[in-house]
Amino acid sequence: MEILGYLLNALTPSNLMLALCGVVLGTIIGALPGLSATMAVAVLVPFTFTMDPASGLVMLGAIYTSSLYGGAFAAILVNTPGTPSAIATTFDGFPMARRGDGALAITIATIASVVGGVVGVTLLLLLAPPLAKIALQFGPAEYFWLAILGLTIVSALSAGNQLKGLTAALLGLALSLVGVATVGGDVRLTFGNSNLVSGVNIIAGLIGIYCIPVLLDLVMSRDPHLQPATERGGFRLCEAGSTIIRDKVNLIRSSILGTLIGILPGAGGSIASLVTYAEARRASSDSKSFGKGNPSGIIATESANNATVGGGFVPTLVLGIPGTPPDAIILGALMVQGIKVGPTLFVEQAPITYTFIFGLLIATLFMLPVGLIIGRFAFRAISSIPKAALVPAIAFLTVAGSYAIQNSISDTVIMFVLGCFAWVMKSFSYPISPIALGLVLGSIAEQGFVQSYLIGQAQGDVLGRFFHGPISLALVALILLGLLYPTFKKLINRRGNTSRQGNDI
Amino acid sequence: MKLNRHNYKSKILGAAVGFGLVLALQPAFAQSEDYPSKPVNYIIVFNAGGASDIAARMQQKYFEEENGMPAVVQYMPGGGGAQGWSRLNNMEPDGYTIMGTNLPHNVLQPMAGDVGYETEDITTVNFFQYTPNIIAVAADSEFETLQQLIDHAKENPGAVTFSGSGSRSGDEVMKARFDQISGVTTTYIPFSGTSPASAALLGHQVTASVTYTTEAVNQSDNIRVLAVAAEERLSSLPDAPTFKELGFDLVGGAYRGVGVPKDTPEELRQAVSDAISRISANAKFRSEMSEAGFVPIDIPYSKVEAFIVDQKEIYQSVEEPLGLTSN
Repeated sequence: MEILGYLLNALTPSNLMLALCGVVLGTIIGALPGLSATMAVAVLVPFTFTMDPASGLVMLGAIYTSSLYGGAFAAILVNTPGTPSAIATTFDGFPMARRGDGALAITIATIASVVGGVVGVTLLLLLAPPLAKIALQFGPAEYFWLAILGLTIVSALSAGNQLKGLTAALLGLALSLVGVATVGGDVRLTFGNSNLVSGVNIIAGLIGIYCIPVLLDLVMSRDPHLQPATERGGFRLCEAGSTIIRDKVNLIRSSILGTLIGILPGAGGSIASLVTYAEARRASSDSKSFGKGNPSGIIATESANNATVGGGFVPTLVLGIPGTPPDAIILGALMVQGIKVGPTLFVEQAPITYTFIFGLLIATLFMLPVGLIIGRFAFRAISSIPKAALVPAIAFLTVAGSYAIQNSISDTVIMFVLGCFAWVMKSFSYPISPIALGLVLGSIAEQGFVQSYLIGQAQGDVLGRFFHGPISLALVALILLGLLYPTFKKLINRRGNTSRQGNDI
Repeated sequence: MKLNRHNYKSKILGAAVGFGLVLALQPAFAQSEDYPSKPVNYIIVFNAGGASDIAARMQQKYFEEENGMPAVVQYMPGGGGAQGWSRLNNMEPDGYTIMGTNLPHNVLQPMAGDVGYETEDITTVNFFQYTPNIIAVAADSEFETLQQLIDHAKENPGAVTFSGSGSRSGDEVMKARFDQISGVTTTYIPFSGTSPASAALLGHQVTASVTYTTEAVNQSDNIRVLAVAAEERLSSLPDAPTFKELGFDLVGGAYRGVGVPKDTPEELRQAVSDAISRISANAKFRSEMSEAGFVPIDIPYSKVEAFIVDQKEIYQSVEEPLGLTSN
């Protein structure tokens, strides 16, 4: 039981302290819109160069996983995803907070994040090499279909007015085109403005699209931002626990789905939580209440995005191909430390590798107490703080956050312009989340499409390239199911009703 | 950013008015003589963890040992580096803000369109390493040698696909040069980075990959290197033949250097170049770089200009296949 020895390595007091510090820091960083997991990890990397490799990695892992979780706070309390992977958490998290269930939403998000994280890390620990093989089966065509699957949620988000939802999604897709094209290298839609060459930064775009309308609404309405907490105070841990146990199928499915999507280099937490949300909604018997404050939505997205952490390390450690941007940074840190990744890592560098994985597990568990305490404080603060203080505080964060992404004032300008635009659209009752979806998924879909097309052309079979494997076909089936299911359901219901009526007569 | 420059100018102006022109010029000389006398900001225009960052981190390790002051690595990613490079000349030209530069990026990006800077705007004072391109296939590929791949490509024009990082990038230049020199037609499939390009190779989405020696070291047993575009075999890849050995005059890759804002005085440019050269002379630094797959070189400030001219000629030879002539 050599592996258990590594567990003891991870449990040294200094490693535990580092993990705890990492979790506290990561949760707060994740909660602030604009400060993302990638940035947190990048800032910390230089400090780890002076540390013992395993300890440095434990801290990096702790910061990474907890900042993905921290993104839920801003999503639930301010309707702004603190990190891109929390976009889908806003769908149900904010409606819950509005009606006074913020504490419950945060506790549910915390438990779901911990469970998702543990599932992801466990799969990393037990099944990394075979799972890495799955990642390699994912080619450009599969990424294209995965992104399209994510985009099908637009139809769910724009219930009542599909045309407006589609318009918003197309706008988001257009935004994702701005700048130098990764594939092809053309400079697009910059209108001669060199500030637009690097494109619309996703995080800056998200801050604008979500934060600015919230801010303007706060200023223009007399209602309080959140209903004050109901008389049932505290963490509402029991209530959250029973909600989650009732929804255990969703929790487990979302955690596994999150891990699997996390394994795909080039997918990441945002697409994982979006796809998982769509699946949870489809599988639910109460799909109508999704988007109106259904805890199942939070369970799905938060378990999925933390599950991507463990999943993302599978290709990173086994193949040397980073699953997510923060993984790329951690991989770079490993190389600077002189540690060679690859299939041999689990054998030759077993002490460091396993200490790191156990450290990640411990950090994930730390998220429970840390998250509950920070979450309770955050909810109290945000729901009791007067608007006159809340509005400037959020406004400051939007400016500081969008600037901090790449120390660029043009990101702040883009954030502000997009935000005002989103507010106008919102006041004409266009849903705004489809813009975010288009922005996030557009480039994945585009790259997958062009690459598949080019490979197909070289092989003389373009169409075959898009439908060539079981994974592609399965994704296409899921897309069709998602698109046609509502129509089917209506048909079946109608038929059911008419036959019942027939019986009545 | 513009403000910074004005501040700097007004500082200089104030100094000139206060102490006279001679005194105002004095610090510039003193600056270059005891350079560096404070920590140096080293800006990397790519994300942390990339090859540029890893090379800079290795320099950073020895920066203080060799120069007495530490370097602080900062990141300004975006637009494939264009975002940072387009801002270089708005930064303080005092030698304490230096930026990683890259060939062919600094030549090819502005050729493709308006990316916010021109090649001439980038003042590189020292090239310290290059990362040779390689052609590689998956370890279980049917192609054992470069010649087999070429023969296959000749029989099936256009059918051989190469994954690579980015469009109009070093990888695409190498692929176009390879096509020209070996007389084949192949298809280049651009990916968003070196890692996704490798993933496509390992997953058999493409026939082969144009990538870098660093990636070959990283992937070791997963891929088979058919040829390395270096002058001689690398100690980190002793079994991989060079193109030259195989009869193709093909040497190239990504050349990484250190640049300064264009208003930086000549003495200071030289001082920065000297600081970088001192690190490049460190034996431990060289061996660490080699082990990771980089080739340490030392092209000091005096030779940079001629070096860029040579490289430009190579890039111009593949303008047409890269679709750059239309711009």
